[in-house]
Amino acid sequence: MDPIIILQAGVASGTVLLFATLGEVFAERSGVLNLGVEGMMLIGAMTAFSVTIATGNPWIGVLAAMFFAGLISQIHAFIVITLQADQVVSGLALTFLGTGISLVLGEGLSKAGTVSLMPSFSIPLLSQIPILGPIFFTKQSVLVYFGYLLIPLAWYYINRTRPGLHLRAVGEYPAAADALGINVFRMRYFYVFVGGLLAGLGGATISLAVSPGWFSELTTGGQGWIAIGLVIFAQWDPIRAAVGSYAFGALRRLILDIQGPLTLFGVDNPFYYNPYWGFFLQMLPYAFTVIVLVIGSREAIRKRIGAPAALGNPYIRGERGL
Amino acid sequence: MAESTLTKRRLSWRIKLEPRLDEPSAWYPAAVSLGAIVVALILGGIIISIVGGNPFLSYVHIARASFGDVGVLSDTIVKATPIILAALACSIAFRMKLWNIGAEGQFIMGAFGASAIVLAPVLPPEASRWLFIPVMAIAGMAAGAIWGFIPGYLKGKFNVNEIISTLMLNYIAVAWVNFWIFAVWTEGGFQMSPKFPETAWLPRLSEYASTIPFFRGLTTHGGLLLGIIAAIALWFIVYRSRWGYEIRLIGDNPNAAKYAGINITRNTIWVMMLSGALAGLGGMSEVAGVVHRLQTAPVAAGYGFTGIIVAWLAKLNPLVIILVSILFGALILAGREIQPSGIPKMIQGIILVCLIASDFLLRYRVRLVRAHAEA
Repeated sequence: MDPIIILQAGVASGTVLLFATLGEVFAERSGVLNLGVEGMMLIGAMTAFSVTIATGNPWIGVLAAMFFAGLISQIHAFIVITLQADQVVSGLALTFLGTGISLVLGEGLSKAGTVSLMPSFSIPLLSQIPILGPIFFTKQSVLVYFGYLLIPLAWYYINRTRPGLHLRAVGEYPAAADALGINVFRMRYFYVFVGGLLAGLGGATISLAVSPGWFSELTTGGQGWIAIGLVIFAQWDPIRAAVGSYAFGALRRLILDIQGPLTLFGVDNPFYYNPYWGFFLQMLPYAFTVIVLVIGSREAIRKRIGAPAALGNPYIRGERGL
Repeated sequence: MAESTLTKRRLSWRIKLEPRLDEPSAWYPAAVSLGAIVVALILGGIIISIVGGNPFLSYVHIARASFGDVGVLSDTIVKATPIILAALACSIAFRMKLWNIGAEGQFIMGAFGASAIVLAPVLPPEASRWLFIPVMAIAGMAAGAIWGFIPGYLKGKFNVNEIISTLMLNYIAVAWVNFWIFAVWTEGGFQMSPKFPETAWLPRLSEYASTIPFFRGLTTHGGLLLGIIAAIALWFIVYRSRWGYEIRLIGDNPNAAKYAGINITRNTIWVMMLSGALAGLGGMSEVAGVVHRLQTAPVAAGYGFTGIIVAWLAKLNPLVIILVSILFGALILAGREIQPSGIPKMIQGIILVCLIASDFLLRYRVRLVRAHAEA
């Protein structure tokens, strides 16, 4: 059990959470809570895998996954933005729908065998850096590197650009944004779509890079929900979202790997000799999500950091309030 | 030339939305919901035919496999029983706008608590049925209530988002039960406990076939009675008690409730515990009435999630939940034989999406009006 190898695999597995969490940060920053992440990820994972089987080209698979997940996110957008329905219930419905559709269309995919995956490579100079090199820059999937690029881009876009300012305005005070001539409805549709694209990319990262294949609902195993929890922990900030995602990815890998070796730190490995303890290890990511939520919520109360003020509320032109 | 005027005139019709100020008549919401389900079935049919199935055969098959004769109707009711209790659990929490997505986990913990009475064992296998059933029911409700208390407490004290915490607790509940049936109560290394003694089974209709021959072979069990009693009790709590009034007030207008001196934190915790207890009773009913042993797959079969849809479709009304649960029981029962196996889940998802979208028609009046002719 080499810690470097676990962290290296943890970064790859954290990339899945990173994409889904960043996508949800964009949607929630615009004021739309989308609880359909799990469903959109399943759609993405299924589409990526089946399109790659059909075309032999994983790049087309990834693009198709993003597009299809983005498309299905627009159902939620239509229901909550145009029809002004409750965002919680609609998001849940999207998860049901996405799960159901991916199970129906993905029937038989689990027996499909192997496909060509997204390419992995090492970055020439960076991989020579001690410790960090092997963890972050050695034999990682191209999607992992794309994740590194996306974090500063997302931060810069939200905090330092004019469209990012509009995005924040729409989520904090849509009536004022509307008065300034920003199209609140179009902006929200767009950022829900961005959320869908990234959730689909997260799903594709599972089925074409991190743990290749289609295993029906177990493909995501609740990672979409963990991503929604991480958004709260991240306080809607891309950098914190990245830290949380990679930490969770590393935790997931550690749980998988810790049961393998006969000895741990020179003593008998209790998880190897008591395999049933594995069930308690399985609980850890979910228990940690709850703990992280408690920490995030307490900190939010203490520092008076809140969710985007208009999160969860439909914008109705001409009505008082947010 | 004539054609272009025609298109122009057509285009001059437009859809106009007006907020509804009056209460629509009583039949209207029911008609809208029914319409939404019909639209959902049509959309589901389109997808089934895209993947190469025959939607008409699928639907006829669903109807015949679930309502065709008394025997399958009884099986439908058996499937509906856990959904009734899970949906009641969701409905009371949703009433307070507490999004308890954890009925699934509370259901599983209820099954665990009830099973512990038999497997620990708390009661000896010779104990009478009159002792077993109430004790198992109480244990199931207690275990479910504990599983509801955790997110309720975190929400009330630390404002922790209950959607995420209840969902995470679902996964933890499955791992918890898996640990017990693998490590402690396993039967011959299989992932299930030994079968319960018959004194720990909820009575089935077929047991009374010697006195009433009509009941021969009918699987409907005492859990249905528990569900109906719980529904009636919940109806009285929600609509006829002071506590129910407080719950409804918090749900409709938390600020008004706060100014009226209602303790929201305490109500959050109590409602989550009641919700958990109802789901836990569902879990008890499932292990004591159907499975007769503790086993993950048939208990964690998604009843808690179906309960969310059913509660919403029934507009959170406990008595309507019973009827809607039977429809969904039919869908699940028939779904076992339909290929691809994801179809019932997909149809449930489409129904929920259509229902939420249709709520729009309750809040707005849609009119087709002729716009003023352009100059």
